[in-house]
Amino acid sequence: MITDRRPWTFYVLALLFTVFVLFLYGPMLSVLVLAFQGPSGSLSFPLQNPSLMWFDEVFNPTRVGDVPGAFWRSFPLAILVMLLTILISVTAGFGFRRRFRGSSILFYTSIASLIIPGLVLSIGILVTARFLGVSANWLTTGLGAHLTWTLPFGLLIMFAILGRLDPSFEEAAFDLGASRWQVVKEVVIPIVFPGMIAVALFGFTLSYDEFPRSWLTIGTMNTLPLEIWTMTTNVTSPALYALGAMTTGISFVVIAVALGSIYFIQRKRAGS
Amino acid sequence: MSEPRSFTTQLQVSPLVLVLLFFFVIPVTLVVIVSFLRYQMLVGIVPDFTLKNYTDILSNPTTWTLYRSTLKFTLIVLAITLVLGFWLSYFLVFHVRNLTIAIGLFLLCTIPFWTSNIIRMISWRPILGREGLVNEALQATGIAAKPIDWLLYSDFSVVVAYVNLFTLFMMVPIFNSMARIDRALMEAAIDAGATRWGVIWNVVLPLSKTGIALGALFVITLVMGDFAVVSVMSGGLSASVTSGMFNDLQFLNYPRAAANAVILLIVVLLIATAIFRLVDVRKELVR
Repeated sequence: MITDRRPWTFYVLALLFTVFVLFLYGPMLSVLVLAFQGPSGSLSFPLQNPSLMWFDEVFNPTRVGDVPGAFWRSFPLAILVMLLTILISVTAGFGFRRRFRGSSILFYTSIASLIIPGLVLSIGILVTARFLGVSANWLTTGLGAHLTWTLPFGLLIMFAILGRLDPSFEEAAFDLGASRWQVVKEVVIPIVFPGMIAVALFGFTLSYDEFPRSWLTIGTMNTLPLEIWTMTTNVTSPALYALGAMTTGISFVVIAVALGSIYFIQRKRAGS
Repeated sequence: MSEPRSFTTQLQVSPLVLVLLFFFVIPVTLVVIVSFLRYQMLVGIVPDFTLKNYTDILSNPTTWTLYRSTLKFTLIVLAITLVLGFWLSYFLVFHVRNLTIAIGLFLLCTIPFWTSNIIRMISWRPILGREGLVNEALQATGIAAKPIDWLLYSDFSVVVAYVNLFTLFMMVPIFNSMARIDRALMEAAIDAGATRWGVIWNVVLPLSKTGIALGALFVITLVMGDFAVVSVMSGGLSASVTSGMFNDLQFLNYPRAAANAVILLIVVLLIATAIFRLVDVRKELVR
């Protein structure tokens, strides 16, 4: 198997992989292209008289919904979810390094929170809000609903990262006379930091794009995914693609920043 | 373990406990309670214990049709994502020799996961629609005389979207399991006279079992609990088990929506328990 000649399966699987990547990205790219459709262009190819008019249309609230408003709810919400996801899953990840009473229950509850159908949880949170006599709002119930989705991911990433943090590293640092803070700063943070960026990436993007758990929990003001959802039935112009291209663009920027910084940190560390 | 240490641990996990308690445990408990309450038109929820919501749902033939249809989608998608997930991971782990390239290709597969699912669904319109790229190509090459209608807004497009969105959930856990397989084990099998297929069948597949189980758990629960993909990709022609809930909610019939939710939850929990029995997921994830 470890011979120099590639077995024929390599070529077959390489082809499968290429087709799969095309299958993943092809449709997305077609939306990115068709977003630049001209005034006479339709929802499908070919691209006629490329223009930016549909991007303009997106910001025209009378034609399509209130996109800017929805964005300025989704974006801060995603930032908030990201920060809380980092904080809560990092601390909980450290807590899980020691066995504690109820650790099993907490672990399985987190997994259950991950796999529960989003709509079911949405109903539950809405009913809870009614029961308490508060109305659903994107900053309260919406935030909580998103955390039930991002925290399990954050926790699983922390498990993977902390699995590599051998407690003897910290003990060794203590033995060499390091203070508690120095151990955290010189030993723990460098090992955990790239993982924290990954947690941030999941926290932001999963909240920014979350739909089923937002459905009943964000109240009367739509977040962006819900605005897009309404548009899929109302808007039959390439404005839908323009909006899709913009929000996908924002996601790509966030992904690039996150993956890029992880890459540079790893390289800098490998170099020093 | 001394007292202050366990106090620190409790403090560290308490934010997670609070979030899960208020936004998961209590809501799910309330859903279960509400599902046994009576609903009255114009009045809303009446605090009387009743099993009517359940008997209504279970005696309604539509429920069974919806579950059959969802189960069909689940099995088809599970089979496709399993085959894809296994072989794509196998390619990355055992065929790509450069680790950096393998990680790069792996990330290439995960990037779409961090973008909007709804946009990814809409993206199939210019590809599979009547005037879409596939139909244009089929007509240009003379394979089809007129546009094929069943490419979009059909069971076919639903499956395409599911596979497009959820293969990653199968691939990541399998990749994770495979990456941990000791190469020496495979070489030993070869030295002992195993063929390459023998190695895949007797070494790689059993050692990927946990990954496959976890992936299956994700794919099954995602498809069973979905309503967005089915409604967008079938153009309203197909429905899922969540559609029942959806209708109830539109009439503000929370008790019946809750009962529907509980039934779905029980089905999903049974499947999850079966999978957790097969493999020790916790041992796989916490190490």
